[in-house]
Amino acid sequence: MTIGLEHWTLARPEIFLAVATALLLLYGVLRGEVATAFISVAASVALVATAVLLFMPYREGTAFATLFITDRLTTTMKALVLVGAAISILMSRAYFERVRAWRFEYPLIVSLATLGMMLMISANDLMSLYVGLELQSLALYVIAAFHRDSVRSTEAGVKYFVLGSVASGMLLFGSSLIYGFCGGTSFVQISQALLAGKAGEIGTVIGLVFVVAGLAFKVSAVPFHMWTPDVYEGAPTPVTALFAVAPKIAAISLLVSVLMGPFKPLFPQWQQIIVAAAILSMAWGAFAALRQPNIKRLMAYSSIGNVGYVLLGLAAGTERGIQAVVFYLAIYMVMTLGVFAIILMMKRRDIMVESISDLAGLGRSHPMLALAMLIFMFSMAGIPPLAGFWGKLYIFMAAVEARLFWPAILGVLASVVASYYYLRIVKVMYFDEGTETLDPTTFSVNRVVAFVTALLLAVFSLAPQPLSLIAEAAAKGLFR
Amino acid sequence: MSSWPILSLVTFLPLVGAVFCLVVNGPKEAVDRNCRSAALITSLVTFLVSLLLWVRFDPTKAGFQFEEKLAWVPALNIGYHMGIDGISLFFVLLSTLLTPICILASWESVQVRVKEYMVAFLVLETFMVGMFCALDLALFYIFFEGVLIPMFLIIGVWGGKRRVYAAFKFFLYTLLGSVLMLLAIIAVYWQIGTTDLPTAFEKLQLSFQWQFWLWLAFFASFAVKVPMWPVHTWLPDAHVEAPTAGSVILAGVLLKMGGYGFIRFSVPMFPEATQYFAPLVFGLSIVAVIYTSLVALVQEDMKKLIAYSSVAHMGFVTIGVFVMNMQGVQGAIFQMLSHGIVSAALFLCVGVVYDRLHTREIEAYGGLVHRMPRYAFVFLFFTLASVGLPGLSGFVGEFLVLIGAFKANTWVAFLAATGLILGAAYALLLYRRVVFGALTKDSLKAMLDMNRREIAVFLPLVLLTLWMGIYPNSFLDPMAPAVDKLIGDYNAALKLARTASLHP
Repeated sequence: MTIGLEHWTLARPEIFLAVATALLLLYGVLRGEVATAFISVAASVALVATAVLLFMPYREGTAFATLFITDRLTTTMKALVLVGAAISILMSRAYFERVRAWRFEYPLIVSLATLGMMLMISANDLMSLYVGLELQSLALYVIAAFHRDSVRSTEAGVKYFVLGSVASGMLLFGSSLIYGFCGGTSFVQISQALLAGKAGEIGTVIGLVFVVAGLAFKVSAVPFHMWTPDVYEGAPTPVTALFAVAPKIAAISLLVSVLMGPFKPLFPQWQQIIVAAAILSMAWGAFAALRQPNIKRLMAYSSIGNVGYVLLGLAAGTERGIQAVVFYLAIYMVMTLGVFAIILMMKRRDIMVESISDLAGLGRSHPMLALAMLIFMFSMAGIPPLAGFWGKLYIFMAAVEARLFWPAILGVLASVVASYYYLRIVKVMYFDEGTETLDPTTFSVNRVVAFVTALLLAVFSLAPQPLSLIAEAAAKGLFR
Repeated sequence: MSSWPILSLVTFLPLVGAVFCLVVNGPKEAVDRNCRSAALITSLVTFLVSLLLWVRFDPTKAGFQFEEKLAWVPALNIGYHMGIDGISLFFVLLSTLLTPICILASWESVQVRVKEYMVAFLVLETFMVGMFCALDLALFYIFFEGVLIPMFLIIGVWGGKRRVYAAFKFFLYTLLGSVLMLLAIIAVYWQIGTTDLPTAFEKLQLSFQWQFWLWLAFFASFAVKVPMWPVHTWLPDAHVEAPTAGSVILAGVLLKMGGYGFIRFSVPMFPEATQYFAPLVFGLSIVAVIYTSLVALVQEDMKKLIAYSSVAHMGFVTIGVFVMNMQGVQGAIFQMLSHGIVSAALFLCVGVVYDRLHTREIEAYGGLVHRMPRYAFVFLFFTLASVGLPGLSGFVGEFLVLIGAFKANTWVAFLAATGLILGAAYALLLYRRVVFGALTKDSLKAMLDMNRREIAVFLPLVLLTLWMGIYPNSFLDPMAPAVDKLIGDYNAALKLARTASLHP
């Protein structure tokens, strides 16, 4: 029996991130609060460096026996998560300084959460999946409540923790059922057992349902979405930005690799679940947000809706479908970071505000900011020629190819409903006259992020080809 | 084949002006002045370049000309394929003609956010022209939908009192129709593996059942755009609330996107379904012609009246398209061009008095002829063109459509013809109430006649209306080969389907 350490270098990026985080933690403990600025920049740099390590050199294979796998898909997803996390750390400084919660632990907890996400993405065994997921979740519970003096933030943290634990419990229960019926936790073993005839057994199907339910909670798909609006609203805004991006991408990647990997033989069974979750998420994400006055809550519903579209791509179960998922997630990440960068700049008389009506008159007082927001909103609504349209087009192409006609029709109709609330933001910015405008913005990280993301979206709109090549390569990882 | 990409030039030239407007900076006065001039100059240059299309267009060819083809998103097999034939040529010219006119017409009436206004119009022009040139389904969809963004802003920012409601209604209605078309486009894509339109014409072989559903999906989009009864209700709201220039573009170009879509996509791609659904279209069109004419009779708002008349006139267009004979289709296209100019001019006429009195209530006017003889003449000219006076452009289109309809179905022709009578009734009634009668209202006594800028706005439209009415062949001849080919292909496809069903 081998101990399975032959290919440990495949996990170099993860190991690097773990070591870097530990060293920074040490430094922070020794120097105290004064080191916060340095640590937050260093943590972002470490995250980006980890992303670079993923590709220099790029390698694929399994390591630690079969616990850990890297391929094009996992690498692409990890790169997205790392970049998203790094940017969200950089975006957080001004906010936390304002609420006097600017501590060095924050960037480090984000790094640890990101480490957990990387492990989740690379999981090739129900055990490593669970360990990665819990590392991520525990870190996220903490930062949801990071603004300790705020009741709402603490409440968000507790809510997230309690509901998240239930989901983890379901996941564990499902895993144990599968272990019992398939005789192993490794994805390879499960796949073999299912192909050998275990697919028909009721126990595996129930186990699958529990696993999917647990993961659906993490991606906040309806009907496991209830925590999302409250947590998004209550958590400090930079944390919400992170939540909307990194964990979501990681959890979707996990869902993809679990369902398209070991559970591929059960495709007809899980397709029904995913289709239902996709339709419900698209519809709920559209209708529930219609009268939402708070922009963070709005973004929560928007993210639920967006997950619905991603799940539709996954439900196709084809190579095109997975390409669509990757493509959509990349564009979703850019848009979401941009929107949150703008939300983080919403201040009036030096106080952060977060209701949509506060944006009134932005078109006049902050023309460039409003233009960027306009781009994000029309892109989110999927109106061509903006990049969000390409994402939706990709998804619907995959759905039609897989003959999911009704889900596709319901999906486009939901996107029309959803476009109402994106338009409402444009309306508030341009059509309404604000009684009191927002404070003028100064040069800041957030402004750079808003500008760069808007520019990136414009580039993707005109030239979606490079991104679709990346998505194509990533999806090949699953189909060999 | 031209050596340089003239279509792309026409399409994207306005964006140059838009970028200039975006970056120009300084005191408000100067910025406004610069943006106005920049927008006018860019759109005029665009118009001149687009005239080159007409000059160099070969009117004997039926196929696409000035074609440009680039692989845009090879991963999805979506190409950047542009080209025009006799059908789309004049729509491109219509778009490039109306944009500078709109900019000139809003020279003084738009005083707030001039910069954004000009940017919106130039971007709109790019989308409109691109839409008529696109020969790739995905590219077409992008331009088709892209139009919504600037138009939403134009109505919402510079519109009247209920502008928010109107802008949302316009956007959501059109979007709802269009997303279904997007799914249909994807379905076509999976049948032939590309979104290239000429390839689709060649290779697309659909069973009737497929044609049935895809035709309906395209119909959902185009019927809203035309707009056909009963999905026309967004139009009066949008027209009433939009600024004058917005109404002009809406009536002049945006409505044509629906009719053009039927001719370009629905008919050649789904011939059997087209034949199957023709009676439905006739029915809806006749209701549109008669019902909306009656509705127009009782309107109190000038713009609303003209908006309803647009629905009625577009009813003729849909009849003409679906009778599928030479006169009908040519008449439909001609009617669209004529309506594009005449109704645009009528909205401009409303704009002229609105700028002075800031109301569109018909009641508020009366006796304008005493103070504004030049205006009275122009208004009368376009009212008669709209009614269909022989010698002016409106007559040719309606007459051809009626000939075509008569060949296909006498009842359709008969009922559609009643629309002409009603049309004369509401148009002349409007004219009488606004222009004739005694000048009793004090507010009107100080009204000034049209100034030189306004005359410059109307002059090209007057000349064009006369030209189209007196010598329509300049316009009918270039489109004849393309229309001929369209009908030939359509009949061949139907024949093929019939023999296939006889000998399975």
